[in-house]
Amino acid sequence: MKLEFYLNNTKVVWDVEPDEYLSHALRRHGILSIRIGCDETVCGSCTVLIDEKPFLSCGVLAMKVEGKHVTTVEGIQDEANRIADFFAEEGADQCSFCGVGFALIIHALKHEYKNPTDEEIRDFIVGNMCRCTGYQSQLKAIKAYLAAEGK
Amino acid sequence: MGKNFKVVNNKTHSVDGHAEMMGRAVYTQDYEAPGSLVLKMLRSPHAFARIKNIDTSKAEALNGVKCVLTYKNVPHVAFSRAGQGAPQPSPIDKFILDEYVRFVGDEVAVVAAINEKIAEDALKLIDVEYEVLEPVLDYKTAYKSKNVIHPEDGISQAFEMGFRPKDNVAASYEMEVGDVEKELAKCDVVVEHTAETQAQAHAMLEPHCSNARLDEHNRLVIYTATQTPFHIRRIMAQTLGMPLSQIRIVKPRVGGGFGGKQQFHCEMFVALVTLRTGLPSKMVYTREEVFASSYTRHPMCITMKIGADKDGRIKAIDCYTLSDTGAYGEHALTVFMIVGSKVLPLYNKVDAVRFGGRVLYTNHVPAGAYRGYGAIQGNYVLESAIDILAEKLHMDPVELRRKNSMREKETSPIFEIMGEGTKGTAMIMESCKLPYCIDRGAELIDWKNKYPRKQVGPHKVRSVGCAIAMQGSGIPFSDMGSCAITLQDGGFYMVRCGATDIGQGSDTLISQIVAEELMTTVDKIIIYSSDTDLAPFDVGAYASSTTYISGNAAWKTAIKMRERLISEAATMLGVKESTVEFDGKKFVSGNKEISLFDLSNKLIYSAPQHQVAVTESYIGHVSPPPFMAAYAEIELDTETGEYEVLEYVSVVDCGTTINPMLAKGQVEGGIVQGFGMAAKEDVLYNNKGQLLSNSFLYYHIPTTKDIKKLTTEFADSYEPTGPFGAKSVGEIGIDTPPAVICNAVYNAVGVRINTLPITPEKILKAMKEKAAK
Repeated sequence: MKLEFYLNNTKVVWDVEPDEYLSHALRRHGILSIRIGCDETVCGSCTVLIDEKPFLSCGVLAMKVEGKHVTTVEGIQDEANRIADFFAEEGADQCSFCGVGFALIIHALKHEYKNPTDEEIRDFIVGNMCRCTGYQSQLKAIKAYLAAEGK
Repeated sequence: MGKNFKVVNNKTHSVDGHAEMMGRAVYTQDYEAPGSLVLKMLRSPHAFARIKNIDTSKAEALNGVKCVLTYKNVPHVAFSRAGQGAPQPSPIDKFILDEYVRFVGDEVAVVAAINEKIAEDALKLIDVEYEVLEPVLDYKTAYKSKNVIHPEDGISQAFEMGFRPKDNVAASYEMEVGDVEKELAKCDVVVEHTAETQAQAHAMLEPHCSNARLDEHNRLVIYTATQTPFHIRRIMAQTLGMPLSQIRIVKPRVGGGFGGKQQFHCEMFVALVTLRTGLPSKMVYTREEVFASSYTRHPMCITMKIGADKDGRIKAIDCYTLSDTGAYGEHALTVFMIVGSKVLPLYNKVDAVRFGGRVLYTNHVPAGAYRGYGAIQGNYVLESAIDILAEKLHMDPVELRRKNSMREKETSPIFEIMGEGTKGTAMIMESCKLPYCIDRGAELIDWKNKYPRKQVGPHKVRSVGCAIAMQGSGIPFSDMGSCAITLQDGGFYMVRCGATDIGQGSDTLISQIVAEELMTTVDKIIIYSSDTDLAPFDVGAYASSTTYISGNAAWKTAIKMRERLISEAATMLGVKESTVEFDGKKFVSGNKEISLFDLSNKLIYSAPQHQVAVTESYIGHVSPPPFMAAYAEIELDTETGEYEVLEYVSVVDCGTTINPMLAKGQVEGGIVQGFGMAAKEDVLYNNKGQLLSNSFLYYHIPTTKDIKKLTTEFADSYEPTGPFGAKSVGEIGIDTPPAVICNAVYNAVGVRINTLPITPEKILKAMKEKAAK
């Protein structure tokens, strides 16, 4: 089926299967930044933004993004680089299979909250799992990043 | 013991984190060759069965199917998937594919097709007729059951490990120091405590995956998410009857391991398909397969009997362990032995100590290597028993631990007796700051004021719990790591090593160690690791060996490089070596000098025109244990049994922290993974042996919401045999949470939960039973 949408602000026309999920369609078209951790809409690794809202791309049929704007980490490279600085500073980057999903959810967090409390941050990113860090270093990195961006 | 470090023990960013977070193609699945065949596995619906007939003709006839593998057309060679060194300390009890299937999810047939859909359609066209056998689903009754899980011929053990497959015994062991019965009889107080641990899942985020191709030399090249590239190459070559030279194993970035990627998963199947078809192939486990068809932590039932005199001196410990290895005996012996060897020496002042038990086969998902590796199971039961003993003695549990635990310059006879499946290695604790860790942790949690509990609301109570732990640093006289450094023109270094970065940051810390010795910075180091064609040998990432074994190898190599550089500079300057000073950038002798940059260029382009390259290896002669003390404060709702961890304090002695932030990450990540085992991660089977908790929807790992605060500190410690004073830190963090949470819950409401996980419903049920008494 023909699918027309905006990938990182560029209009693309793809041929996708009617039962193909966005995560698989993106990887099949060379967007390898999509990390598929569970493929059962839980772990958060395959997070993308659809019209600026975070979604698990393994839970969205590709055809559902017809006409919409999809943002992957390729669309926020500068920001991901800056977030990675803060993660590195806190030692919050271990295997980093969750890292792309975190970059995108942090981008979304920044746009939804002006000055989120600790609890709001924990709630917002609760669907992004990490088995390596224990989360505390990531939470510190996120807070430091938001503080730096707020300046 | 110079401590003016410039690179190690200083904050250093990971060398790979940015690329991963920015989405670069760096993981195994990103390296699939175009046009790869897709592999799918037909798995057993029965816990135990024999394949009477298998007909793959319809599947093979399906357009797009290139190859179907069953036990009938693959080599019938027994091997162990355990991914260990040689001789392998696990039973050799697995065939690539077999006519028997031994758990729900076991391997029946592999289909390789041009796409996933066709592969999945083809699986449905395979007709299998099973003779369903009666399964063994309880390891406590598996011994000498009439249902024998491994009745087949051709399986073996590399050395005597008590492997008795006809009795459903994968391994057994016993040892005794002194006379435990006699010593216990003399004790004023004896406590006996039995508790059980569950089959925790690794739940690393990157699922198991491998892909294969034939290269320009017609060699088999496999990219795989593994912790043990060299073991994979060796065992694959032996099992497939190929020369090692024809196989290259490449480990890209790995999305988490925790022991779960020490063993074989997809490697053998992509190899066979690519060798047969000549086509590239790939295999990626679904999350359900990761849960139900890879392997788990060994469930165990452990009994600890501890005797002490009335002054609280622990005189004897008796430990009996039953372990469930599931369908195959991967790591059966070694995980089981760690229950004794990396737990019991914590209390080394005993007159007698005994360890024994056996590891049983069942028709459950196999168990295998998992961070903590027996120590977490043993720690849960021992450290609960210590609290029970403290109560009986009317002693503060912290005081009891302080009085009886290991100290610097002391030892335990267990080190010499128990090793990695064989005899161990005697050693003195050259570094052990456990007393400091105990005191500092008590201070941080405010034990004095918070122990045992405080009522903070009508039905809310706050309490504290504690435990201590130890681990090892590699396997002495077994684990070998090596490193090669080449000086490049332009004055930088290429480091090649076998150390296997699975996300823990070994590439970063090896770079730091080399940079420290060569007095340079990490950006002057480029590192290639874990590609069997490019890197020198290393056993891989397991047994907490990377910092100590691979780190020592890198350090030795860097020392040799510095000596070589000084020698080259002396020759070039025409002076004696002993007069040359090197500061990392230039070589100075009197009024003569040459920069490293100029030296490196002259060495290559003018005279003497040779490459300066050095290589070294390291094998441990001891395995210095890291130690830690852990404390938690919890808040428990006495109406619901729900509890929350308000703070978890860890004070760790891992010697010098090569990378303090990564070391902290190892401890905290371990704590939270251990907390998952202690409190959340429930493993459920139905009565047919089907794993029900086979999805993140049913198997809950910790999220951002689970622990309010982690406080992690490191003791000032220096291990003289470690690289720049370092010991391991990868596993120690996971060991304490089950005991700490168990003890804190007991201190809150007076009930001890003796099966993991410690859930609100178990607490509430125990509280009601206690109230009814």
